[in-house]
Amino acid sequence: MADSVSKEELVESIYQEVAKVQGKKQLKAGDLTKLMIKKYGDAVSKNDVKFAIKELIDSGRCVYTYFGGSFIELPHEEGAAKHI
Amino acid sequence: MSDTPLLDQLETGPWPSFIADLKRMAAKKPQIKDLLGQLERSYEEKITHWKHGGIVGVLGYGSGIIGRYSDLPDDFPGLEHFHTMRINQPSGWFYTTAALRMLCDIWDQYGSGVMNMHGSTGDIIFLGTTTDNLEPCFQALARNGFDIGGSGSAMRSPSCCCGLSRCEWSCYDTMEACYDITQEFQFELHRPGFPYKFKFKFSGCPNDCVAAVARADCSVIGVWKDDIRIDQAAVKAYAGGELKPKGGGAHVDKLDIQKDVVDLCPTQCMSWDGSTLKINNRECNHCMHCINLMPQALRPGTDKGATILLGSHAPILEGAQMSWVIVPFMRMEKPFDELKELGANIMEWWTENGKNRERVGELILRLGMREFCLAVGLDPVPQSIKTPRCNPFFFWHPEDFEAEAEGKTYIKL
Repeated sequence: MADSVSKEELVESIYQEVAKVQGKKQLKAGDLTKLMIKKYGDAVSKNDVKFAIKELIDSGRCVYTYFGGSFIELPHEEGAAKHI
Repeated sequence: MSDTPLLDQLETGPWPSFIADLKRMAAKKPQIKDLLGQLERSYEEKITHWKHGGIVGVLGYGSGIIGRYSDLPDDFPGLEHFHTMRINQPSGWFYTTAALRMLCDIWDQYGSGVMNMHGSTGDIIFLGTTTDNLEPCFQALARNGFDIGGSGSAMRSPSCCCGLSRCEWSCYDTMEACYDITQEFQFELHRPGFPYKFKFKFSGCPNDCVAAVARADCSVIGVWKDDIRIDQAAVKAYAGGELKPKGGGAHVDKLDIQKDVVDLCPTQCMSWDGSTLKINNRECNHCMHCINLMPQALRPGTDKGATILLGSHAPILEGAQMSWVIVPFMRMEKPFDELKELGANIMEWWTENGKNRERVGELILRLGMREFCLAVGLDPVPQSIKTPRCNPFFFWHPEDFEAEAEGKTYIKL
């Protein structure tokens, strides 16, 4: 990765994109990759974004969801589960 | 009267019944009684009562867990959560009895005990557990050398035929290739990053016992380049009835070589004069018909590898598609670098260009084989033509005219 974008900054930037659309739109990993490349240009690669997403998921700040396709979202209450 | 009169009918036929199995399980797993009750209700009302999808999973992975919930949780509390787990199967579906017992014990401890060997993608399917049990079940499997498989917009667990382990026709080691590709694409298998699902299937010969040509986005089907090996004495033995066709499994006891073999050759590349069988191997399309009928007389050649095809799937956005030849022959030797590189290039192009739920075959239909070949660095080959001699049109692009002006020729004589 180019010096201008640290891994921490990239992770935070992806998190902010997911948080911004939470509840309104669902983003796939490919959408986030395109957004980051649009934002940072050559300073980030697809691989950088891939591992930044991994870090977000491994830390539990974001989760994978499945609604007719796999998306990356903030953790939230399971809508399909019975509310006790 | 029984609580499940409609389900009971499914036990009346001559075959083993999953209802009988579930009733047996219900004696020790209370949620299975609910499962039977909900299924009976669905049969009465002709509607499913399952909801599926959501956010359940194990930490770090986005694949392998399919959230399932009953929409009648008050009536069937045992099905309030009833998630499915897909477990990556061993190559060729070989198990020791100890491994099978271990899998059953883990699922008895953490789930409903109901399992399906195997799902259509090939995984071991564990049916029915609660959200709280997902992580400990996964950890127990991992401690015993098993991993969960693919689901969602990810690479699915690759599957293969038993290949060289049991089959003399296999043109490469399918089990090794399947295992190696599974290891290579672990990230893509566990962390969904694709527009939709992507399946690799490995068949050792054109008989295609895992139906890769119809079910895999990337079908790797064993093939040979040289001549079919012929034992003329054995051909005569089949003609004389001393050898049984298909090892005794054919529709006839004695082969009529002309009628049953030569006349049914799809490319008419064989001839039989009553004593010698001749094959024009240039015209053979490797359909395996003659080899299947006379396995002791005919064998695949010795210059072996695989044909790589792309794009088959069941109806999703477009109708069902069969796979399309993209590489007519590839050597299939460890570490399978050529296939890995091609696979990675295909996935990258598809991820870049595919719409949500669009399979790679559908993307090729939308953007064209030309765009695909240019993007992944493949040369166009005659074998990619789906219906030879049917399409007289060729769409010239400006760069073709420029290349022609610089001396490139398109027709090789």
